[in-house]
Amino acid sequence: MLQLEGVHRSFGDRLVLDDVGFTVQRGRLTGFVGGNGAGKTTTMRIVLGVLAADSGTVTLDGAPLGDEGRRRFGYMPEERGLYPKMRVREQLAYLARLHGYDRGAAAARADDLLERLGLAQRANDAVEELSLGNQQRAQIAAALVHDPEVLILDEPFSGLDPMAVDVVVGVLAERAARGVPVLFSSHQLDVVERLCDDVVVIAEGRIRAAGPREQLRDQFAEPRYEITSAGDMGWLRSEPDVSVVAFDGGYALFDADAATAQRVLRTALDHADVSAFGPVRPTLAEIFRDIVRDEVPSEQDTADERTRPADLEKEPVR
Amino acid sequence: MSTTTDRPATPSQAATVLMVAEREILAQVRSKSFLISSGVLLLAVLIAIILGGVLPGQDDAGTKVAVVAASAEVVDGVDALDPVDAADAEAARELVRSEEVEAAILPDDDPDNVLGFTVVGRTSAPSDVLGALSVTPPVELLEEPETPFEVRYLVSLGFGLIFMMSAMTFGSTIAQNTVQEKQSRIVEILLSAVPARGLLAGKILGNSVLALGQTAAIAAVAVVGMVVTGQDELLGMLSMPVVWFVLFFLVGFVLLAAIFASSASLVSRIEDTGPVLTPVMMVTMAPYFLVVFFNDNPLVLTIASYVPFSAPVAMPVRLFLGEAAWWEPLLALGVLAVSTVLVIALGARIYERSLLRMGGRVRVTEALRSA
Repeated sequence: MLQLEGVHRSFGDRLVLDDVGFTVQRGRLTGFVGGNGAGKTTTMRIVLGVLAADSGTVTLDGAPLGDEGRRRFGYMPEERGLYPKMRVREQLAYLARLHGYDRGAAAARADDLLERLGLAQRANDAVEELSLGNQQRAQIAAALVHDPEVLILDEPFSGLDPMAVDVVVGVLAERAARGVPVLFSSHQLDVVERLCDDVVVIAEGRIRAAGPREQLRDQFAEPRYEITSAGDMGWLRSEPDVSVVAFDGGYALFDADAATAQRVLRTALDHADVSAFGPVRPTLAEIFRDIVRDEVPSEQDTADERTRPADLEKEPVR
Repeated sequence: MSTTTDRPATPSQAATVLMVAEREILAQVRSKSFLISSGVLLLAVLIAIILGGVLPGQDDAGTKVAVVAASAEVVDGVDALDPVDAADAEAARELVRSEEVEAAILPDDDPDNVLGFTVVGRTSAPSDVLGALSVTPPVELLEEPETPFEVRYLVSLGFGLIFMMSAMTFGSTIAQNTVQEKQSRIVEILLSAVPARGLLAGKILGNSVLALGQTAAIAAVAVVGMVVTGQDELLGMLSMPVVWFVLFFLVGFVLLAAIFASSASLVSRIEDTGPVLTPVMMVTMAPYFLVVFFNDNPLVLTIASYVPFSAPVAMPVRLFLGEAAWWEPLLALGVLAVSTVLVIALGARIYERSLLRMGGRVRVTEALRSA
């Protein structure tokens, strides 16, 4: 289990990480979501030891992380980094060799991964000759080639077509199943929703929500229900203790407490046949939007902050 | 559940350095631009040597003079003159008029002329011919002759040029690779496997091998060229200085390489390399200009031959000119080696600390101060 506790980091006067703490469980895919400049990349760089935290700890299974421990991490930086003129296969083999695999084993690992990620035919092309999607796959291969014990991936799915996303998800899930903690950031909330076991939401440098995906959805669920009836649902508007969110003939989306909802269902059954009724849980995107919207009032004094380019957070020193 | 069991051991520092060096070398050797520029450089050296051998050779062919049967023996055995047979005196004069020959040598029966022949010129007395025919007393020199200016100049130029070109080529390669690794952030992936010092050492080693290899190739081409064009004498004078040059080059290049790498590590984008590399470039070019402009100024040369940056060029030049005592290159090499060790220590510190700092340019003082 990878654990962050009380991590703070400032760049100049700006506090970009404020008491960041969360865990990445073994065997689970943990999605890390947040807006531009929320602190995702900074957090990941601190986990990797690429950047130092001002305070706070990062531990793996309770032990503080040193350089030796971090050697066993697999990292995919946000800016895709490989030697542009080097052949994909050689590049992967080189990275594996730096991690201690001998020439033969390193080459075998590279071939294996390229095959797995559908890049085998491009193995002898220079990285710069690959399409962006394929460069992305090569980058993922680079993070995996030494069989890491922890995986930290910054936006691994950006630029991938849906098929490629599935391939990569398959590879990551396989690693997670082997007991590897996998942390990846993404702004594709539907992807995170689909494949993450746990979700960590960060906004303005603070962790806003963290936990198993379903638990989060329950936690953020408003007492909201939807009903689909054969008749017109217009009467619902005059029903006490009910606030209608959306309405369209026989369909209605409304907020009400559990008892009122049951009453509504019974009344509806008296009117006409009901084909569907149930509580509505928010999607991750909705939760995320809620969280970020909550931020807005407190942000007004630093409104210019949000208009800054996203990569400012990676600019530590002047 | 974890996969620790089949995890290989961390490679030793030395093994890591070798792997990094191997990658640097392979990347360079496979690049077309490197192969082409090396080929052009070697060809240029070869052409320079051949021209150097052939051009003076044409002068040695001798001045053409027209002779008739009766005067042919006068020219016989005079190397500087190249006889052209003419049918008679009038034909010989015609050759002079048409400027096909410098002069004509004709028999003269006049009893006052003890030599028994006259030299016919076109508009003025042909001094080459007169000089070649005149009798000079034997000469005894009390001191070794000074190296002629041209040779002195050319040899200085040669050492200076080779050093500058090699150092610039491979120095900028190191700088470029360093920034490129930073810019592409592959450095973040590399550093999870390799310590920064290992990366730096591998880069320096790889490029030093390449630089030395190229310089050795140039030296080989030069030696073969000199032997083929019969410039053995110059070769003999050059052999010791060349050996020293290679020694100095090796250490001197490592010094520059460390500066190139650590300077480049201060910036994050290729576009920003200009300002940080300017001082290094100047230091790299300095020895070339020093020896070219001051190769006849023993004081400047002596100082330059001890200053670490210019020693690799200035000391071999002084050795070639025979102006350095036997212990001087040893001392200069020692000074160079010590400064190289110091610079590497300092450079590694800067490199280590600025490698992961992205964004703006890192100030040297900052890199040295911060932990």
